[in-house]
Amino acid sequence: MTKMPLGKGLNAGLRAAMEADDKVLIMGEDVGKLGGVFRITDGLQKDFGESRVIDAPLAESGIVGTAVGLAYRGYRPVLEIQFDGFVYPAYDQIVSQVAKLHFRSQGRVKMPIVIRIPFGGGIGAVEHHSESPEGQFALTAGLKVVSCSNANDAYWMIQQAIASDDPVVFMEPKRRYWDQGEVDTTSEPMPLHASSVVREGADATVIAYGPMVKTCLESADAAAEEGTSLEVIDLRTLSPLDLDPVFESVRRTGRAIVVHEAAQTLGLGAEISARITEKCFYSLEAPVIRVTGYDLPYPPSRVEEEYLPGLDRVLEAVDRSLAF
Amino acid sequence: MPDAYVADDPAGAFPLVQLLTPEGERVPHADFAYDGDDDSIRGLYRDLVLSRRIDFEAHALQRHGELGLWAPALGQEAAQIGSGRALRPQDFAFPTYREHGVALCRGVDPALLLGLFRGVELGGWDPAEQGFALYSIVIGAQTLHATGYAMGLTLDGEVGRNDPERDAAVIAYFGDGATSQGDVNEAFDWAAVFNAPVVFFCQNNQYAISASTDRNTRGPIAQRAGGFGFSGIRVDGNDVLACHAVTTAAMEKARNGEGPSLIEAYTYRMGAHTTSDDPSRYRDSAEVETWKLKDPIERVKRYLLLQGTPQSFFDDLDTEADELGKHLRETCKSLPDPDLAALFDHVYVDGSPELMEQKAQYVAYRDSLEPEGSES
Ligand SMILES: Cc1ncc(C[n+]2csc(CCOP(=O)(O)OP(=O)(O)O)c2C)c(N)n1
Ligand SMILES: [Mg+2]
Repeated sequence: MTKMPLGKGLNAGLRAAMEADDKVLIMGEDVGKLGGVFRITDGLQKDFGESRVIDAPLAESGIVGTAVGLAYRGYRPVLEIQFDGFVYPAYDQIVSQVAKLHFRSQGRVKMPIVIRIPFGGGIGAVEHHSESPEGQFALTAGLKVVSCSNANDAYWMIQQAIASDDPVVFMEPKRRYWDQGEVDTTSEPMPLHASSVVREGADATVIAYGPMVKTCLESADAAAEEGTSLEVIDLRTLSPLDLDPVFESVRRTGRAIVVHEAAQTLGLGAEISARITEKCFYSLEAPVIRVTGYDLPYPPSRVEEEYLPGLDRVLEAVDRSLAF
Repeated sequence: MPDAYVADDPAGAFPLVQLLTPEGERVPHADFAYDGDDDSIRGLYRDLVLSRRIDFEAHALQRHGELGLWAPALGQEAAQIGSGRALRPQDFAFPTYREHGVALCRGVDPALLLGLFRGVELGGWDPAEQGFALYSIVIGAQTLHATGYAMGLTLDGEVGRNDPERDAAVIAYFGDGATSQGDVNEAFDWAAVFNAPVVFFCQNNQYAISASTDRNTRGPIAQRAGGFGFSGIRVDGNDVLACHAVTTAAMEKARNGEGPSLIEAYTYRMGAHTTSDDPSRYRDSAEVETWKLKDPIERVKRYLLLQGTPQSFFDDLDTEADELGKHLRETCKSLPDPDLAALFDHVYVDGSPELMEQKAQYVAYRDSLEPEGSES
């Protein structure tokens, strides 16, 4: 067990993946000398050289489009998109090319590409630096989407994503990069596409991923002080979803609250809520409640704490569910 | 000695246009001349000094926690003031996030530039009123907007009437890094195909965050235009007179209906990329020192002193800059935090019933948190 920040877990995981397979390449803006604007690739160019850790020209469509060609040649490109709001120039390549080539070629062409995206708000950034576009990738057939919430998952999930023969959009909770956690580099990890109960409870099930997992765990602590026992599930995988642990939980608690930073309408909460309703209808004591960002473009940072789901909003939703 | 050409142009096909050397000496050029007198040069000098003061104050405000971020234009003042002062009121400029000097030239209250960086708004001025679009953070996007605006000018007959008071053109600002983006290259193509009255003004400040220019282009950026069917030119971006002369000519051409041009202002980002950046990770301080010798403001001061400009001019300007600094500090701290409820009203022209319902839920929730009778 080693204690490290989540960002360092990613860095160590990337390093392990590069050591394990020399077809693994890193490409992105400022990932080399600078080590990325969040230093997630820090030191990797120094140790693996400029041909494996590539400072990309400033062109996201180029980063993803050339990765498709490299994947055709058997490489496993790991791409860094500098910030969530800058993935859109690459959207065409991701959705029309990366996602579809395996399907179009009837399985002959594999696209083992990882697209890392630091996402979400809470760091007081200027516009385009705090968005949550995961839903747009999760709804695209052919892409897998995951999000880590702690250092140990960061370390293991990035390696599993790189080992995946399917393309994986890897959503990194940027505001949690500096959060310390225990990393066990020896133990067999759980599979990439599995959800995990991170806190057991009896009165309601709170479902989250990425940056909101911590918020929900803190909410559960606060609720416990008032005698309410919350079960918290970290989804980890957003596409495909692994909702069996959620269904099992909701059948026990009868109540579900889904929490994400992304806006409410057509966010992942909508799909999860629909599936809970389909699978757990007779167990539900209250409608599934969503606690999300509002349906606005991301607001100026001085007001982001009001826009983002926080402890108070989660607890208010729990109260509403319990009172129903 | 003028820099005849730079390393990425060994053939010398794109020599830097220079009219004022770092030593403050005016030099003639076969095709370009600065068309003003020493009073106008004093005017340019004033703009240079004030724009550097904006940077200085904003940087300090960031360090004191009043701004979340600042993107300094330090070292690029001549490129911005020289080009910005070549614009007419009827022209329109599309900036990146670093064009604080151009904003000054367009008459935008510099204090309004701070709102975006403080995190209280996303663009605090009226683009139509100022002839200055909102800052654009998404690299390269604005070059297409500029091209479309220019196409609109042509459609409306605002070009080529031989009327200097009314004929208009557009200027698009972008960086060396941006030249890698598809949008920028599409803008070049569209502008050429539609003969759009737009000037592409690239500040090659040698870096895109940590990436030196050779990571984004091989060969002079000015050369790019030729492949798209229009002309490009390279100017000493630290020479305000040359930047002014070259931009004046390109804008004139555009206003006359003779189509787009590309100007590469060869300059240097003397500061960090932003206040979050640590340039010591990717460049030598020795490099910064060599560029300090080419400072865009010092050379104008040297020239003006040589011309016998009285000390009182410089003293008065210092006072004016101090006042600007005070204005920035005071206004910044008094910029109100936004009201999230009000933001729901700006998503759509007419709102939408479901969004208004969400707004009502938010307001009810917020009010439920507040003690009875307190103000929001
Ligand atoms: C589409 C997009 N990708 C990435 C970024 C992050 N980013 C901000 S500034 C910058 C470098 C820009 O370099 P350049 O065009 O030379 O302009 P400069 O900052 O030097 O003025 C990058 C990569 C962005 N803002 N937009
Ligand atoms: Mg640059």
